Amino acid sequence: MDFSFNDEQQMLLDSTRRFIAERYDFEHRNHVRATADGWSRDVWKQFGELGLLAINIPEADGGIGAGSVGTMLVSNAMGEGLLLEPFLSSAVLATHAIVQLGSAQQRGDWLPALATGESIAVLAHDEASTRFDVMHIETQAVRSGDGWRITGRKSLVYHAPAANLLLVSARVDKEIGLFAVPTDAAGVTLLPRTTVDEQRAADIVLDNVAAAASARLGEDVREALQVVLDQGLAALCAEAFGAMDRILAATIEYSRSRVQFGVPIGSFQALQHRMAEMLMHLEQARSMSYLATLRCTDTDPVARRTALSAAKVLMGQAARYIGQQAVQLHGGMGMTDELEVSHYFKRLLAFELRCGTTDEHLAVYHQQIR
Amino acid sequence: MDLDFSTVELAFRDEVRQFLAAELPADIRDRIVRGDHSHVREDTIRWQKILHAKGWGAPAWPVEFGGTGWSKTQQYIFETECALADAPAQLAFGIKMVAPVLMRYGSTEQQNRFLPRIRAADDWWCQGYSEPGSGSDLASLKMKAERDGDEYVLNGQKAWNTLGHFADWIFCLVRTDSSAKPQKGISFLLIDMKTSGITVRPTKLLDGSFEVNEIWFDNVRVPVTNRVGDENEGWTYAKFLLGHERTNIAGIGWSKRELRRLKSDSAKVSKDGRSLLEDPVFGGRIAQVEIELTALEITNMRVIFDEAAKKAPGPEASMLKIRGTEIMQRISELQMELLGASALAYAHDSDDSRATASYLNLRKLTIFGGSNEIQRNIIAHMILKL
Repeated sequence: MDFSFNDEQQMLLDSTRRFIAERYDFEHRNHVRATADGWSRDVWKQFGELGLLAINIPEADGGIGAGSVGTMLVSNAMGEGLLLEPFLSSAVLATHAIVQLGSAQQRGDWLPALATGESIAVLAHDEASTRFDVMHIETQAVRSGDGWRITGRKSLVYHAPAANLLLVSARVDKEIGLFAVPTDAAGVTLLPRTTVDEQRAADIVLDNVAAAASARLGEDVREALQVVLDQGLAALCAEAFGAMDRILAATIEYSRSRVQFGVPIGSFQALQHRMAEMLMHLEQARSMSYLATLRCTDTDPVARRTALSAAKVLMGQAARYIGQQAVQLHGGMGMTDELEVSHYFKRLLAFELRCGTTDEHLAVYHQQIR
Repeated sequence: MDLDFSTVELAFRDEVRQFLAAELPADIRDRIVRGDHSHVREDTIRWQKILHAKGWGAPAWPVEFGGTGWSKTQQYIFETECALADAPAQLAFGIKMVAPVLMRYGSTEQQNRFLPRIRAADDWWCQGYSEPGSGSDLASLKMKAERDGDEYVLNGQKAWNTLGHFADWIFCLVRTDSSAKPQKGISFLLIDMKTSGITVRPTKLLDGSFEVNEIWFDNVRVPVTNRVGDENEGWTYAKFLLGHERTNIAGIGWSKRELRRLKSDSAKVSKDGRSLLEDPVFGGRIAQVEIELTALEITNMRVIFDEAAKKAPGPEASMLKIRGTEIMQRISELQMELLGASALAYAHDSDDSRATASYLNLRKLTIFGGSNEIQRNIIAHMILKL
């Protein structure tokens, strides 16, 4: 039992936080979200220089190999700063997919450019049909000569408009295959969307898209893809924890400075107890973020899935309570676009809805209960 | 980072399990399983003597006082395993409450006189803190102790005294100076329950049980040598006591045991061709509380880890108390709801009424030991600095 971080992990957290404090304050974020892209390529390159985009690439592949704890800490900082860049999409999910499923050739082709930030990849998996069964997809890949033809539609793929490489899951007979498709390939159409938390995403229409034999990663990836998605979920939980931590800090600070009836509103017991409750949700959420992080690499799929579902349930409930109460305690100011609080609130709302809702994960957890 | 116990800690856990399997008397265990409180006094003493013989009578005491010298993690493992094995809880008033105060503030004579007898279950201790007019606002207590030569003369009333009807000794907070600020005029006294002028009157509780008492003091004479520490400094010692020994405040072992029982009981009740455990509504509620308990178990470990690393012990215990008691109450609610209308037929001492009796009795959890509202005040002031 050890809840400390080693020196490398602590340095990773500190340096990411320092970068965000210096280069990505709330004002800068407002600037970034108003640009056409909705994220900053400049910041992304600097992430590459800091090594943050290589933390999920093993040392053998030229990366840093910071493990799930390192990813958790960087994700904490990303959530604290409400960053809009594709860290989770590219440097966690897509990178894990390539590391775990790619051949030596594929890893060598793609990972170096992902590590520097020159290239951005996203995992295009979710569809309308994956809501209640994450492995139920309808996109199909059929053999065509030496290669493949892929047809289907992917839903709300975060950061797809930023990506030059799509990792598309598709049914191959009864298996699930994963195919690397350039975003500008013929037959790929992106329908851009902006999410409620102001990140950029797209529905992706694939119409008879050609993929070479060498574009397929692994064989039947059903189990491996679940591992990748679970690692992504753990990172998403860590990001949400960072947002919860900051929105509570902002609320406490506001309650100290906002004066009504001649005293700071933080002196009222009704509000103090609400904030004490928020803190308990936060600490329970922190514990579950640790659980998600330390179990997302568990080789026992039931133990892994159970832990992650438990984490998503508790953290989803914490996100809702903390987010709603933070807006409530800010009063009218909590309703404005001007303050940070509404942006944290929407990030937490997105967390609740992404990667399976609270009830969906409660059902998954319940199925294994004995 | 690592969520799992080390191999050394796991070996310790196995040692505790083997000891419990071999040494916990079957009749005692059976009464705990059935929720039968009829032998609380005998069972608590018998079990304490067995632990004492093993050298485990005082898990949290330092070795120089005859304790185990265990780490916080070992203490946590021990208490959790005892609960999971349906062992009786050790009596907290002596081992966990007055003993640490004696070790820190008592005279050598007091330590030599009382500590060995606490460890060996020769004396049963109880607590005299609350009064009818002083509950959450404990410092307002009024029970008077007036100096008369080498003795104090006590007059007043204590309330919500737990299991004092079995007690040999009581530790009390008394007012020795009424002119000072409320916190300043309090002293900490050790009182022999056989002293003349003490009357114990049971308070019948909503579940039909008699576990708490009012205690009346009518010109009770207590030697000044039975005062712990300095006169009028008792509030300092009381605060020390409240902040001490909270490794088990979340009741993780109890909750795991009762959740296990809830799951196995609900697996035996069928509805629409499947068990209530598998039922999405009832089973979903069990899943929810199990998830919350998992989170609390990790939070509890974090607090223990931080304490061992000498990082900020203290107010985090309030969090463990609030969430721990909420979870215990939730489990007892579900145990009762599982029975449906058959939970209505009620006789306090009947095995069939265990779930209802437990539900009724455990309403106390969020009230005693500093009500959960007081704990929220502590969090707001000490952690959030509001």
